[in-house]
Amino acid sequence: MNSSEQTTPLLEVRHLSKHFGAVQALNDFSMAVRPGEVVALAGDNGAGKTTLIKAISGVFQPTGGEILLRGQPVTFATPQEAREKGIETIYQDLALADNLSIGANIFLGREPMRKAFGFLPVLDRKAMAVAAKQTMGRLDFHVSRLDAPVSNFSGGQRQAVAIGRAVYWDAQILIMDEPTAALGVPEQRKVISLIHQLKAQGRGVIFISHNLQDIFAVSDRIVVLRRGIQAGERRISETNHDEVVKLMVGG
Amino acid sequence: MTSTSPIETHVAPQADHGDPARSWLARIAEGRAWLFLAGLIICFEVWSRLSFGATFVLNPFNVQSIAIFAVAPLLLATGQTFVIISGGIDLSLGFIMGLAAVVAAHATNMAGVAMPVPLAMMLGILAAVIVAGVPGVINGLLISRLRIPPFIGTLGMFGVARGAAFLLAGGTTVPVQNSWFALLGNGRFYGVPYLVIIAAVFVVVMHYILSQTRFGQHNYAIGANVQAARRAGIDIRGHILRLYVLSAMCAGLGGALYAARFTAGAAQAGEPLLLDSVAAVVIGGASLFGGSGTIFGTVAGALVIAVIQYGLVFVNVEPFWQFIAVGLVIIISVLIDQAQRRFSGARQDE
Ligand SMILES: Nc1ncnc2c1ncn2[C@@H]1O[C@H](COP(=O)(O)OP(=O)(O)O)[C@@H](O)[C@H]1O
Ligand SMILES: [Mg+2]
Repeated sequence: MNSSEQTTPLLEVRHLSKHFGAVQALNDFSMAVRPGEVVALAGDNGAGKTTLIKAISGVFQPTGGEILLRGQPVTFATPQEAREKGIETIYQDLALADNLSIGANIFLGREPMRKAFGFLPVLDRKAMAVAAKQTMGRLDFHVSRLDAPVSNFSGGQRQAVAIGRAVYWDAQILIMDEPTAALGVPEQRKVISLIHQLKAQGRGVIFISHNLQDIFAVSDRIVVLRRGIQAGERRISETNHDEVVKLMVGG
Repeated sequence: MTSTSPIETHVAPQADHGDPARSWLARIAEGRAWLFLAGLIICFEVWSRLSFGATFVLNPFNVQSIAIFAVAPLLLATGQTFVIISGGIDLSLGFIMGLAAVVAAHATNMAGVAMPVPLAMMLGILAAVIVAGVPGVINGLLISRLRIPPFIGTLGMFGVARGAAFLLAGGTTVPVQNSWFALLGNGRFYGVPYLVIIAAVFVVVMHYILSQTRFGQHNYAIGANVQAARRAGIDIRGHILRLYVLSAMCAGLGGALYAARFTAGAAQAGEPLLLDSVAAVVIGGASLFGGSGTIFGTVAGALVIAVIQYGLVFVNVEPFWQFIAVGLVIIISVLIDQAQRRFSGARQDE
């Protein structure tokens, strides 16, 4: 469970900055994520959390600083490049095609094909369904109807599908921007337990949330952002709600 | 990217969900075009027997006429199905069809001077489909590169294709001098018109593309959530370009077959068919919001329209009733769709 601080971090950012004109959305920010570690990113609205994960996931280029993947410096021109290197971002608005099945969503953009009658290329829906079942099973998430469109599922289940897609394509680092924000309480619990699964599988997770309850339930460490600056970093076992709130609001 | 808007779900469930009432309604909504078709045929049969003591649907001549009648709107509607599933619309298809009909006539005649009749016919059809692809490319570029809404971009192309078609036709219809072409448009194979055979093969191919290829799969995804599709690495621009070329080429084939049937190309060939094509897609179960629809649904939708139009003439009703009847079917169809959505939406998050 415990992340040994000696192992090479999966992902490390050093002195990362991002300016939008005069706005310093992120300023000299550093943090690291190790295998099997869940790092919570907390901070008030406008603190720079989304800016940070967009810089990490290739949505835009940082103005300064560097990103290291297993110790190697990397730059991502596009989110696609970040994804190919195993960094998957799961947005809170659930990037799924609601009219397609779980399998079709997992394979969206890279669908497996097979030959019908020995010559005609057709979508291999069976392979998609099998992979969907296995993947969702690994997340301890069982659905009876694998051919149903994901619009039939609840918000938490859809969140699980998005995570399942990342797991299937073997993302080593999952970045989740407020994954529980749009969900009811039971669904939030489900997502939290999914994050525990990811951790147990040795993946690194960066987890953005406003909800301290969730943060304390699932994280190993918490990094607090305030107006683009790293306002503090604590092991979850060595801090409490009060201290985190103080770090967030300052003073 | 972190907007908090709830996920929009415009999409009809495509499978049953264990809940009998819900799956029952979903099935009706899904197959409504075929139900309409059956209902209409029964109505006309009863009407015909009561008024004239004659059968409507068991008369092979009627069946053939309806099938031929449905071919051109169906070709447009097949392309339109792809476009509507992607969340777009193509208003230029009618005049692209007209342009293609004129091109088919001219090209066949010109080629006929220099080469054998069958070859000239094939060249004419090919020319029609390829020329039709040009406005499709422009539509695709306008929509994918310059981000012009499909409604506006294809409305512009509606005008351009219309003008080009009339100019090319010299303001009149262009007769085709080619015996094979005439045979293609009016001949039969064991009683089945060639046109219907071509349309049937075409529909099966298009069904394959929509339901069994990545292109089709991406088309559904883009219609449901273009953001998700983009994040999944789908080349949206390339897809949109190919999509509008495909729909324009469907209209191109429609134009060539029109020229074959009437042995003449006319710029206004597809003018009344554009709205019929949209109507066929909607009656066939697609949502104008994008993300749902099937080729066979559209086939049923096109047949519904053809049966209404032909049937009302057959039972001697003033032709203006056609418009009213088709309009009512569209409205009822959309109402069923919405009822079904509301019903499944209400149970979404249980
Ligand atoms: N694309 C952008 N252009 C200009 N300013 C931006 C942009 N994105 C974010 N900002 C600014 O950067 C700051 C940090 O925003 P953000 O990273 O979204 O914060 P958080 O996700 O923590 O709420 C805010 O002041 C915001 O207005
Ligand atoms: Mg944010």
